Amino acid sequence: MSNPADLTLAQLRDALKKKEVTSLEVTDAYLSRIEKAKALNAFITVTADKARDMAKASDAQLAKGAGGDLEGVPLGIKDLFCVEGVLTTAASHILDGFHPRYESTVTSHLWRDGAVMLGKLNMDEFAMGSSNETSFYGNVINPWRREDGGNADLTPGGSSGGSSASVAARLCAAATATDTGGSIRQPASLTNTVGVKPTYGRVSRWGVVAFASSLDQAGPITQDVRDAAIMLKSMAGHDPKDSTCIDRPVPDYEAVLGQSLKGLKIGVPKEYRIDGMPEEIEKLWRQGIAWMKDAGCEIVDISLPLTKYALPVYYIVAPAEASSNLARYDGVKYGLRAKDFTDITSMYENTRAEGFGDEVKRRILIGTYVLSAGYYDAYYLRAQKVRKKIFDEFTDAFSKVDLILTPSSPSAAFGLGEKTADPVQMYLNDVFTVTANLAGLPGASVPAGYDKQGLPLGLQLLAKPFDEETMFKGMFALEQAAGANKRPKEWWS
Amino acid sequence: MSIDKDTVRKVAKLARIAEPEQRLEPLAKELSGILGWIEQLNEVDVEGVDAMASTVDVQLPMREDVLQDGPTGGHQPENVVANAPKTEDHFFVVPRVVE
Repeated sequence: MSNPADLTLAQLRDALKKKEVTSLEVTDAYLSRIEKAKALNAFITVTADKARDMAKASDAQLAKGAGGDLEGVPLGIKDLFCVEGVLTTAASHILDGFHPRYESTVTSHLWRDGAVMLGKLNMDEFAMGSSNETSFYGNVINPWRREDGGNADLTPGGSSGGSSASVAARLCAAATATDTGGSIRQPASLTNTVGVKPTYGRVSRWGVVAFASSLDQAGPITQDVRDAAIMLKSMAGHDPKDSTCIDRPVPDYEAVLGQSLKGLKIGVPKEYRIDGMPEEIEKLWRQGIAWMKDAGCEIVDISLPLTKYALPVYYIVAPAEASSNLARYDGVKYGLRAKDFTDITSMYENTRAEGFGDEVKRRILIGTYVLSAGYYDAYYLRAQKVRKKIFDEFTDAFSKVDLILTPSSPSAAFGLGEKTADPVQMYLNDVFTVTANLAGLPGASVPAGYDKQGLPLGLQLLAKPFDEETMFKGMFALEQAAGANKRPKEWWS
Repeated sequence: MSIDKDTVRKVAKLARIAEPEQRLEPLAKELSGILGWIEQLNEVDVEGVDAMASTVDVQLPMREDVLQDGPTGGHQPENVVANAPKTEDHFFVVPRVVE
């Protein structure tokens, strides 16, 4: 067999079961690639010994003809998921040296099904960012470059930039990620990978470092749609330790791939045509609509007039929840404690000043401000009311359509440093993705084409709550029609 | 609404983040920029709309009021303090707070 690290997750799963390759062989192949891909800075921690131990255990299972759905498959884990005994940082200085004594529910599901962990993936600090430029451990570099002869480093998107870059560069078979405002779908769109944010409540948040608890949801970033279906099936499921995680059966998402889309109604919201969006993205969207029509779908023009208010709502709700969640980092229970202080208050203040980066501080300050006496009603309460109206608008739209088709991101991958000067410009990256978080809906980005610089572009599908199956049907049809399965030129090794 | 330097000082104090004096003015500008952009929400009519804190429409599940097994259970002080910067006999050690 040629390099087993070139297989998709589904192909690798089948090859492992047929004993055409061992888990240790493919694990070593990935570890060797990771070693050569330091320039991408996709990993914060590589757990080579643990990976080989897990691979050997999987090989023992596979030799007996036993093992789970992911037996022997090497994965990358976003460094927001607690893994017992393994450094977990959320890409923040303030979690220095934190080795959780417990395992997140999502990763425990993956290990239950036999997966192998290669290491912990880089990300924006506390998942706050859209370009992976806020990590304490440095920027992640997109494996994709413009075809202009220049070697400008581009963003892999954020916050799950380590996840998207490592899957795009085939440093792991698939990766876990999280999405609070677009942090799975936007990086997937910028790296020619598939990203799925499930319905809020589909996947347990227990053991995932919290950012904004009413918006956070974990999901996979993968090489293709089938891989995403396999990953989500393992990651999802009821968990009594997360009271918002819903108790309902997890469907076999892989089983729906290839099913007919005939008669499905696809909504196209006119408000997702925004000023300054490149013509190529507009064109790709029209192409996507044509593909869905060819697949037998009925296209329905819909209107979501509150779309432009979604980001401002998000930038009240998310910082408010974050300011509360991040209050726990006080230099007492775990992580960093400042060296210089005179009393307990200055210990708190200096620890947090040293431990948090600029973007995290900015959001904590905004959150504290909008929740403070005198401003709560004007900002926080108003934002929650607009959120309800956005939710109702989607409920109404989904009474008329089965899926909604939009672009995933308003631009292709941009250069590092290009958007860091103005926070609001950076926030606008999530204009198409953030609505799904506010309304709790499932959403996915599928590779759909390339811009004139050869950079990948994705299309997004949104579905009704807990109707990931219809979303996967649509994703598979899009993937088949687009055939956008190029890989980046390997300049980094 | 624009935020001034004194407001930033007050909010930073509430958030327990030490911000040096020379950072207050730039932060006031940045935060004012973000809040100015957010203020477009005032255009939306929210009269009679319920505030939404969660999209999950379920009652919080109840369980028996007994000690759980596993990581959320009790009797594991070593695990609780394992990552603390400073501990003594299963206690977190902090600077003196009572004179």
